[in-house]
Amino acid sequence: MRDVLRHHLFWPVAALVALLVANTVARPSFLAVTVRDGHLFGAPIDILRTTAPLLLVALGMTLVIATRGIDLSVGAVVAVSGAVALSHIASSPNPDSPVTVLTAIALALVLCLLLGVWNGFLVSVLGIQPIIATLILMTAGRGVAMLITGGMITTVNSAPFKVLGSGFWLGLPVAAVIAFGVFAVVAFVVRRTALGMLLEATGINPAASRLSGVRSRTLTWTVYTASGLFAGLAGLLISADTMAADANNAGLFIELDAILAVVIGGTALSGGKFNLSGTLVGALVIATLERTVTVLGISPLVTPLFMALVVIAVTLLQSPRMRERLTAARRRQVMAPAEPPSTARPDSTPDSTEVKA
Amino acid sequence: MARTTLTRTVLAAVSAASLFALGACSSDAGTEPAGGGETAAADDGVITLGFSQVGAESGWRAANTKSIQDTLTAENGFDLKFSDAQQKQENQIQAIRSYITQGVDVIAFSPVVETGWDAVLQEAKAAGIPVILTDRAVDSSDETLYESFIGSDFVKEGEMAGEWVAEQYDGEGYKAVELQGTTGAAPAIDRKEGFASAIEGTDIELIDSQTGNFTRAEGKTVMEGFLNAHDDIDLVFAHNDDMGLGAIEAIEAAGLTPGEDIKIVTIDAVKDGMQALADGKINYIVECNPLLGPDLADIAKKVLAGEEVEKRIVVKDEAFDQAAAKEALPTREY
Repeated sequence: MRDVLRHHLFWPVAALVALLVANTVARPSFLAVTVRDGHLFGAPIDILRTTAPLLLVALGMTLVIATRGIDLSVGAVVAVSGAVALSHIASSPNPDSPVTVLTAIALALVLCLLLGVWNGFLVSVLGIQPIIATLILMTAGRGVAMLITGGMITTVNSAPFKVLGSGFWLGLPVAAVIAFGVFAVVAFVVRRTALGMLLEATGINPAASRLSGVRSRTLTWTVYTASGLFAGLAGLLISADTMAADANNAGLFIELDAILAVVIGGTALSGGKFNLSGTLVGALVIATLERTVTVLGISPLVTPLFMALVVIAVTLLQSPRMRERLTAARRRQVMAPAEPPSTARPDSTPDSTEVKA
Repeated sequence: MARTTLTRTVLAAVSAASLFALGACSSDAGTEPAGGGETAAADDGVITLGFSQVGAESGWRAANTKSIQDTLTAENGFDLKFSDAQQKQENQIQAIRSYITQGVDVIAFSPVVETGWDAVLQEAKAAGIPVILTDRAVDSSDETLYESFIGSDFVKEGEMAGEWVAEQYDGEGYKAVELQGTTGAAPAIDRKEGFASAIEGTDIELIDSQTGNFTRAEGKTVMEGFLNAHDDIDLVFAHNDDMGLGAIEAIEAAGLTPGEDIKIVTIDAVKDGMQALADGKINYIVECNPLLGPDLADIAKKVLAGEEVEKRIVVKDEAFDQAAAKEALPTREY
């Protein structure tokens, strides 16, 4: 039991379960999944689909944070990706042809890859602080997207592109299949090879890891490139979801949601050890939280406050210091009845010093 | 303590970013030197008009911008200085200040939010530059700060939508959900109020109402949530077409037929919305006329000529059902 409680995923998973329980209480059929029109249908399936873009962005963010960096530009990259893909499809004479759609996807992904390379270049070669380096693209990127769409919301009708957002494959949403597929591949590559360890080494101490033969610079460059690519893919999923490229609002604040997912998942922003499964749970918690607001019928006026309270609760429960205090308090409660009321609590135990500190 | 330092750095960076964004905007406010002033109109017959637009957040806004840019042309005797505030009040205030220093003849703008305009409008008044509001109103106790407000009556739009719903479906015990606009925005507050008052006394029940922020993406996710939370939704009232279009996606994904299993009523009548109406996916659209350019040109000329103008000019809004949409679609301007 203690091991379960101590497991790094315990609190994020508990939060997810609590949200699902709250939804099920409000709506007993919440977890029901039925087959409709030959595919699975139900709230859990919706949640999987809405998690997809956030999961991709958070995946890149986890790798970047592992190297002690941060990528603020992902939201702008999401907007650029959608703008490029939809503008290409809109300008083509035949928007329903798979060739057009594949070209659009390729164009968008290549451009986002280049944006990632740019971020990586600024951070790893020029040595600019990650926040500043990616801030450049965060502000400039939306301008680029506006330029591409001409300041309008570009909308298209293209059946093959729509599949990315609303299609189903083997009964599951295509968007979820793509995101979870990419996640699985990355998790496998990172954890089954030495790559993950090298990333952590870079994050813990770049200089020491370089001196011991780790190619820190290449690794750093790679994670920013990957982050750009994943954000581009997320941008395609988001724009295919509504078949519209909105340069101003697509992926707005997704960088903050992604950082939140990473933190809920138990990866420290100070770099080093990272936790991909935690990020997955974190992304699911955020998507479920958004759905909970609608299912519980929380007034739009208090929605941000409600979400903030849940997030505060999860992060507090997860913080090691808070947990120590909780265990200390619990232990005292257990000890208290055994002690004579006149004696003060023992003051030399590590628990009580922790409380005083 | 590396973590707290980093958190602080993140905060600093984010605030720096917002400053950056502010500085980056309104650069299109024009580079012409100041001068000209109120006498410009008399000098060369050309009216210099500074316009600060909200942004480019929806198809409606794009049509509104186009109408203004197409009407206030050099041929019509206007020199238009146009700036896009990207939905930020600070940017609009900055743009208006720059118009004041440039000494334009007239300032026109669509306020992003209702409050907080007194100071900058006072400056315009002190400089003797008349101000015209378009599309959205300001909430100020001093009505002399602007000459006229041209725009639709949002309460009326909500009422028109509600009246049609009451007329069509009263007596069938319909359960309706509402997709609200941006929380706190005038159109969201007024349309909600108008709709609620129109369906009062009927057996149509509004079972849920959430904000979809006027965007397609949020309209879709909120509608998905509604479909998860309720079994028996008969009707959706969306405060704009974009959210309605998002709701269509969600309804289709749930295996239902929009326009039949679940009726949809929206406001705006932009092209995509009208197309969906003609295709039978939306049942009724109340127009919110974005073509404010001609009215604005007219009022600007009158104000400069010293004529009395009405404080409130209500733009005529129409409404379309599916048959009317099919007829109107080929000749729609937006």
